[in-house]
Amino acid sequence: MLELQGIRKSMGGQEVLRGVNLRVGPAERVVVIGRSGCGKSVMLRLIMGLLQPEAGSVVFEGKKLTGLSEEEWNPYRRKIGMLFQGAALFDSLSVFANLAFPLREQGERSEEVLRQKVAEALRIVSLSGTEEKMPAELSGGMKKRAALARAIISRPEIMLYDEPTTGLDPIVADSINRLILHLGKMFGMASIVVTHDMVSARMVGDRISYLHEGKIYFEGTPDQVDHCQDPLVRDFVRGHAEGIGITG
Amino acid sequence: MGRVLHLAGKVGAVFTDSCRTAGAVFLLLGDTLRSMVQYRLRWDQIFEQMYFIGIRSQVVVLTTGAFTGAVFAAQVWFQFKRFGMESAIGPTVSIAMCRELGPVLCCLLLAGRVGAAMAAELSSMKITEQVDALRALGVYPTEYLIVPRFLALVISAPILTGLALVTGIGCGYFVAVKIFGVDGAYYWDNTIKFTDSKDVFIALIKSFIFAIIISAIACHKGMNCPPGTAGVGKTTTEAVVNASLCLLIVNFFLTVLLNALLYSN
Ligand SMILES: Nc1ncnc2c1ncn2[C@@H]1O[C@H](COP(=O)(O)OP(=O)(O)OP(=O)(O)O)[C@@H](O)[C@H]1O
Ligand SMILES: [Mg+2]
Repeated sequence: MLELQGIRKSMGGQEVLRGVNLRVGPAERVVVIGRSGCGKSVMLRLIMGLLQPEAGSVVFEGKKLTGLSEEEWNPYRRKIGMLFQGAALFDSLSVFANLAFPLREQGERSEEVLRQKVAEALRIVSLSGTEEKMPAELSGGMKKRAALARAIISRPEIMLYDEPTTGLDPIVADSINRLILHLGKMFGMASIVVTHDMVSARMVGDRISYLHEGKIYFEGTPDQVDHCQDPLVRDFVRGHAEGIGITG
Repeated sequence: MGRVLHLAGKVGAVFTDSCRTAGAVFLLLGDTLRSMVQYRLRWDQIFEQMYFIGIRSQVVVLTTGAFTGAVFAAQVWFQFKRFGMESAIGPTVSIAMCRELGPVLCCLLLAGRVGAAMAAELSSMKITEQVDALRALGVYPTEYLIVPRFLALVISAPILTGLALVTGIGCGYFVAVKIFGVDGAYYWDNTIKFTDSKDVFIALIKSFIFAIIISAIACHKGMNCPPGTAGVGKTTTEAVVNASLCLLIVNFFLTVLLNALLYSN
């Protein structure tokens, strides 16, 4: 349903992505892991059309999106949800207005329906009762969850999660992982999850892709990744720093 | 020789840079006008911005108008009384207020207040990825962020300028008549006789055009903010300075143009 074909992208004069190929099937959950700064967030922004690649293309439901104008992207963006690494809540709007925003943009006018959907979404991310708070009054983890609620409230066909569990306590992190699984099972929502958290990666991923030096270096099921003998992948999965020359 | 070339190169770079920026501002303006027609207007946002610009800027604008009128009347009185031309103070003050001082000073203050706020707000939304979040939710940022600000300022600026004119002329009257003892009836009579609707029209059309300049430059700067918090400060300062300079320069050409158009015969 979503495919990246040979994506290349330079950021700040340095080629970050050097031919990324990735496929996500319907209701499939793909986890992308990789070292900090390797271009995972850039990749998600390319899928959303927030950045344009220098080469290669993004194909969504058989339609090539790369090359569309900013406004032509919009109908597709509404089918793709994105959780930003930094939450990116609108800080002039209350939590309620943030969550209601996508629904209102899609034409929902009834306050009652909005109230009910927002309450439901907040309950899912265990933030019930924070409707009237402003984003500045939330903790980092709460912001992230509110942003997650905003991203899923209009039930996109595919969700892009940029480090959904970073900065959350283990219990909430677990509930977010369950939520990602649940959304996949209940609504057939496909997802791409960028994470450093191997627990989360094993739990939610149908497939794990390791992004290294601008390419998908390794791809496999969580089991295959765990048993992979490649030193780079092994070190990442087990959290060893040997590969980069800092040993204790 | 090398130095001259180096200098010429620098001047050239500044020039091409300014041209590029001016081009980008015009493109943004064009895009804003197109989005205004193409999308449903967000009146709630427009009113919110108008409240901020219009209502909240009133004190600033009224004070500007009042003291400009007062000081101008005083200066004119100092000079004109030497020639026994006290009766000309009224129209001089009111025409100067309408044609130049009112719109220019009022809009310079709006550039400082509203232009800075627009640039700061948009650039902090930009660096905290809120603009991208908007795009990710399928909303066109020009339509959602820029159109309401643009319209609000373009509607508010002439109204505020009008208020500044009224207070300016009123304070001029107060200073000349109540403080320096110029004959009040005479003052008023001459003011009305020599100020016509064209003068007021000049004030309004100028502030309308200045509002376009301020919002276009401030929004352009805000939407093109470099990453990092330092970017926000730099962007805000540049927006105010560029908008103010641009406004003063355009004012000169507008004065010439309007004079040619309105007083050709
Ligand atoms: N706006 C930008 N301008 C210049 N360079 C950028 C920009 N955004 C990202 N980069 C560069 O692109 C590279 C990839 O960044 P990206 O944010 O995708 O990393 P990441 O894999 O998401 O890392 P992390 O796991 O820490 O979030 C980095 O080297 C970064 O310096
Ligand atoms: Mg990242």
